[in-house]
Amino acid sequence: MSTSNDTLVSTGSTDAPVIEPVEIPTRLSSLDTLESEAIHIIREVVAEFEKPALLFSGGKDSVVMLHLATKAFWPGKVPFPVLHVDTGHNFPEVIDFRDRTVERLGLKLVVGSVQEFIDRGELAERADGTRNPLQTVPLLDAIQQNKFDAVFGGGRRDEDKARAKERILSLRDEFGQWDPRNQRPELWNLYNGRHTVGQHVRAFPISNWTELDIWRYIERENIELPGLYYAHEREVFARDGMWRAVGEVSQPLPHEEVITKTVRYRTVGDMSCTGAVESNAFTVGDVVVEVAASTLTERGATRADDRISEAAMEDRKKDGYF
Amino acid sequence: MSTDTLAADLETALPTTLFRFATAGSVDDGKSTLVGRLLHDSKAILADQLDAVARTSADRGFGGDKGGIDLALLTDGLRAEREQGITIDVAYRYFATDRRSFILADCPGHVQYTKNTVTGASTADAVVVLIDARKGVLEQTRRHLSVLQLLRVAHVIVAVNKIDLVDFSESVFRDIEADVQQVGRELGLGSDGISDLLVIPVSALDGDNVVDRSERTPWYTGPALLEVLETLPAADELESHLESFRFPVQLVIRPQGALAPDAVAAGLDVEAYRDYRAYAGQITEGSVKVGDKVSVLTPGQDPRTTTVVGIDFAGSSLEEAAAPQSVAIRLAEEFDVARGDTIAAAGTVREASADLYAALCWLSPKPLREGQKVLVKHGTRTVQALVRNVSGKLDLASFKLEPASTLELNDIGHAQLRLAAPLPLENYLHHRRTGAFLVIDPLDGNTLAAGLVKDHPGDHEDERYSI
Repeated sequence: MSTSNDTLVSTGSTDAPVIEPVEIPTRLSSLDTLESEAIHIIREVVAEFEKPALLFSGGKDSVVMLHLATKAFWPGKVPFPVLHVDTGHNFPEVIDFRDRTVERLGLKLVVGSVQEFIDRGELAERADGTRNPLQTVPLLDAIQQNKFDAVFGGGRRDEDKARAKERILSLRDEFGQWDPRNQRPELWNLYNGRHTVGQHVRAFPISNWTELDIWRYIERENIELPGLYYAHEREVFARDGMWRAVGEVSQPLPHEEVITKTVRYRTVGDMSCTGAVESNAFTVGDVVVEVAASTLTERGATRADDRISEAAMEDRKKDGYF
Repeated sequence: MSTDTLAADLETALPTTLFRFATAGSVDDGKSTLVGRLLHDSKAILADQLDAVARTSADRGFGGDKGGIDLALLTDGLRAEREQGITIDVAYRYFATDRRSFILADCPGHVQYTKNTVTGASTADAVVVLIDARKGVLEQTRRHLSVLQLLRVAHVIVAVNKIDLVDFSESVFRDIEADVQQVGRELGLGSDGISDLLVIPVSALDGDNVVDRSERTPWYTGPALLEVLETLPAADELESHLESFRFPVQLVIRPQGALAPDAVAAGLDVEAYRDYRAYAGQITEGSVKVGDKVSVLTPGQDPRTTTVVGIDFAGSSLEEAAAPQSVAIRLAEEFDVARGDTIAAAGTVREASADLYAALCWLSPKPLREGQKVLVKHGTRTVQALVRNVSGKLDLASFKLEPASTLELNDIGHAQLRLAAPLPLENYLHHRRTGAFLVIDPLDGNTLAAGLVKDHPGDHEDERYSI
C-alpha cells in the first residue's frame, strides 16, 4: 500500500504498514558480524600505529581478543606483544594459563608489576586490600617505557555505564587520562587514530560484544580458558554478598566462616576483589545457558571495586585505567 | 523461564543476526525513556541495574506520590549526565530478542545534535526519530530527517511519543503522520527505493506499541516498534547484494617464514606457505568469488586487472565472501599492492580523482576556512587536501542551500577540495562506504567533519542529492 508518490511511507491505517518484503538471504550471524568488525579494527590499528600491544590478563575477554588477533593475521604470527599488569594477587592458575598461551603463540610478554611499585614505595597498599585500582600506574608506566602508541583492551560497552560511552579508538593524553566529554566522533568504520607525541590510543575491538556473545563465541570457536571460569569446588567465605576464595592474599576474618562450595568465576581479576558465584556450569555450554538466564550483571555480581559508587568505573577510567 | 527450557531454546534457536539502530529526538520528547522502555521490556536490564535506578529514582522523588522508575536513568552513563539529568554523549546499548541482537546508539538531542545524529546514523541500519504528540513536527524534526536523508539511512522510523497525553487520539496522530509524510516528500525520503519511512504511535512511559501492540490505539493496526526493528533488513545485508564489489586493502599478510606457531603445530604446511601473500581487508560492498576478475586501484596508476585465486579466512578457504566479511584475498598476479589500494570488481570503477566535491557535516568548534589545509581519510588511505572553496550551507529547516564561505559546528555545507593524491571516490548516494570520508585536523589530529562524496559538476548531477 504505497502512497501516490511511490514512497514506502506507512500510514498505519487499515492495512498493515508497508515494510517492503525484501528477500535477502542472511549471510552472517551476529557473531560473524561482530568477529568481522573486531578483525577489521585490529588490522586497522596494526596498519596505522608504530607499536601496538594487547592487554592480556588471561580473562575471557582478553582471551577472545587474542584469538581474534590470531585469525586476523593467519597464517602469520600475531604482530605485537601482550602486556599484563600483574597485581601480585592473581589466581595462580590464571598466571599459568597466561604463560602457556604466550608460549603457544610465540608472543612476547611484557609485565607491569604492582608489587614492584609497592616495594619501591611508589604505590601504597589500600586499606581495603584490593589492588585493582592500583593497576593504573604500572599500566601507564609500561606503556611509556615500551613506547606503545596503541593498546588493545578487552573492554565491552555492555559492562558498565561509563564504558557505554567509550569510543572504539579512544585517545589518552600525556597523563593517560580519558576525557569523556571531549571525545572524537566515530563515523562509519573510519577510525581516526591520529595522536601527538606522548599521547596514546586505547583500542577496543570487542566494544560491541555482550557477555553472552563472548561465551557463545568461546563455545563456537572452542577457545580454551582458565579452569576457574567453570564450576569447581573451592574453599570460600562470604563477604559483601559474594563468595571470596581463600588464598594467600584473601584470608577470612575471624567471624567469616569458610565452607566448600561449587562455584565458578564470571570475571577473573585481582583475587582480593573478585568474587565467585555458586554455579553448576561445568562446561562452556552450561555457562552459555547460565549467562543467558542471569539476572545480575557480571560486574555487579563479582566485582567489589565496582560497587563503591555508581561512577566507580568512570573515575578509574579518567585516571587511565583499562 | 526455567534453565531447562532456556537450554532447549538455545539448542533450537537459529543464529541471530545483528541490527544497529540509533535514536534521535528533541529535548524532553522522552527519548531516554523510550530507550529505557525497550531495554526494560525486552528484559535487557538486569536486577542490579534496575535496583540502582530504582534507588536514584526514589532519592529524587520521581513520579511524586505514585513513585515509579525513571527509565531515562538507565542510559545516562556519566556522572555529569546523572547529576544534570541530561545526556551528553552518544551511548551504546545492547539487547537481544530471539531473532536479533541489537546495538542501539542513543544520540542526545539538545547540544550538538547534528554531531551526535551524524555519528549515530553513520553506522545505523535504522534511526528512530521521536516526536512529542503534543508538539508535532518541530523544526528540529525536519533537521533530523534532513540529516538522515543526507546520510542515506536505510530505514527511518518516526515514533509519535506521549500518545497517552493526547488521549490516544487518532486525529492527532493522523495529522502528525501527514506532516511527517509531507517532510518526507520534500526531502525525497523513500523516493529512491533505498530508504523507507514508518510512523508509529507510542507511549514510552507506559509501553504502548513499543514492544507489544497496544489495545489503547485500536485505530493503529501496524506493528509495534520492536517488531519493525526485528524484521527490517540490515544495511550490510542490502549492501552485500550490490553488484559493485569493493575491498579497501588494510594490510598485506606476508609471513615470509614467520608463521604462527599454533598454526604450524596444528599441521600447517610450512613449505606451502613460505611465499604466502594475501591482501587483508573488510569487504565494504558486494561480494566476490574465486575466479572473479578484479581491478586493483592504486592512486596515480592505471587500474590493473587480474583474477581472484583465493579467499582465505583464518585457515579456511572460502569460495565466496560478501560485505561485511573480513577476509584475505589472493590474486593471480604478483602485483605490488599495498595498504590504501582498493580491489574492486573489474570495470565498475571510474577514474580516481584529485578533485573532491562533497557535502561536509562540520563537527568541530574550529570553523572551516577556505584555503585551509586538512587531511582526508578515505577507506584505508589518508591524504593531504586543500579546501578550495565552500559553495554553500544547507538550511536544514527549508532544505535550501544558502550562500556561505565558512562552516561552523553543526553546519552542513558543500565544499570543493583538492587532494594531494587522487582517490577512487564514489558518489555517497550509491556507495555508503566508498563515498564517505573524514576530514581531520593535521595539527591536533581531531576529526573536523564527516564527508559525503558528491558527483563532480559536469557529471550527470543526481538531483536527488541536492536536497
